[in-house]
Amino acid sequence: MAFSTFDSDQRAFREPNPGPRLVVICILSIALMVTDNRNQTLQTVRSMLGTAVYPIRVLIDAPATFGRWLSESFSTRATLLDENLELNERILVQSARLQRLAALEAENARLRALLESTAKIGDRVLIAEIMSVDMNPFRHRIVINKGSSDDVYVGQALIDAQGIIGQVTRDQVYSAEALLITDVDHALPVELLRNRLRTIAVGTGDLGRLSLPYLPRNADVVEGDLLVTSGLGGTFPPGYPVGSVSKITRNSGQQFLVIDATPAAALNRIREVLLIWAEPTGVAPPADARSDAENLSETATGGID
Amino acid sequence: MPGVKAPRWPVWIILVAMTALVSIPLPDFVTPVRPPWATMAIIYWIMMWPRVFGLGTAWLIGLLLDILQGALLGQHALALTVVGYLTLRFHLQIRIFPLWQLTMTIFALLAIEAFILFWIDGVAGNPPAGVARWTQVLAGAIVWPPVMALMDRARERIEHRDPTFT
Repeated sequence: MAFSTFDSDQRAFREPNPGPRLVVICILSIALMVTDNRNQTLQTVRSMLGTAVYPIRVLIDAPATFGRWLSESFSTRATLLDENLELNERILVQSARLQRLAALEAENARLRALLESTAKIGDRVLIAEIMSVDMNPFRHRIVINKGSSDDVYVGQALIDAQGIIGQVTRDQVYSAEALLITDVDHALPVELLRNRLRTIAVGTGDLGRLSLPYLPRNADVVEGDLLVTSGLGGTFPPGYPVGSVSKITRNSGQQFLVIDATPAAALNRIREVLLIWAEPTGVAPPADARSDAENLSETATGGID
Repeated sequence: MPGVKAPRWPVWIILVAMTALVSIPLPDFVTPVRPPWATMAIIYWIMMWPRVFGLGTAWLIGLLLDILQGALLGQHALALTVVGYLTLRFHLQIRIFPLWQLTMTIFALLAIEAFILFWIDGVAGNPPAGVARWTQVLAGAIVWPPVMALMDRARERIEHRDPTFT
């Protein structure tokens, strides 16, 4: 079998010499890697290449999408009605909460106006779906089906209904790659909701665990403390839930506490994510957002007058 | 040159499909036993059609792998090129190896690839992939015989295809 290859024999003594080629390709690859690792000049090249492999990703994603479509189209009327009922109830509860939020937001805007600091109002959001595509199996990265054609940008925050999920690391035209907060390379500025103690939550490589390695031994932290984004660093908008402190280990020999936290979002079960466009702090909100706030404050103060 | 007669596009489809296999979503516990399909495909086709596929092919497929996995651009490209070079350099010897010996060689080639990837991760400061990278090498060697049998059948069909249809 081995001898039967059609091109093995007659040219066996005129072997091409691949040595020089190997050297050239090695140098090229190493140069590529160094440039890619050191700076952002390859960003556009990467996003172009990423766009080029988009068809492959769509093909790989297709069976999962088809399966979901199939299960949706064959679900019974009763299931759909049940789901509808449940969703309606949830909307009712949520909108009740939202009424209070509107009043609070208006109050916040008024207080901020008194302090003459600009309020950060109106985060714009867009729903994106996670494509069923595995990236590097050793890292916590995902591919979402929205890209720079929908104004997605590198560094944008991703959330779901429960909390922060991660941030966009590479944008392609029709898709984007994102890093989850549990990736070992990810660090997230957080604060404890109870006492606004600021620290950094670092990913552990385990989808159900974050680590808070920079709190000193006398820090005021107890199990069950809620973590929210602090907004420092500018990537994540402040005030979104991140997780809760699950375990605190005090080693008397060490300067820092060993703290584990559980992410609020179910990172291994998410299907849809929300992309947030945060208004940068320090910049005046656009006219429509401001008039919204004024309307809100009018409705809020209206009851008092 | 006989290589001209046989069509090449089916092989490119096989190569790209094998590369795309890294992106197939599978549960986490499968990760340690996912064979490096792309490397195996590259080794096979360079070994069998050394005058058609060479280092350039290996580099391109490696680059595709880098993009799909979001790795450092050039990481898999470099590793696959080195493996491709070794395959090309020794293809006359390893082609006539009995299957068990060939499987051992494949194991060694995959281990070299894994080592290069591991090394680049270390130099670039990326977090190490852990034990899974090495168990994948073992998994690759174990599935090599059936994969090779399948590829042999595909190759026979491609080589004996009527050239007028290409």
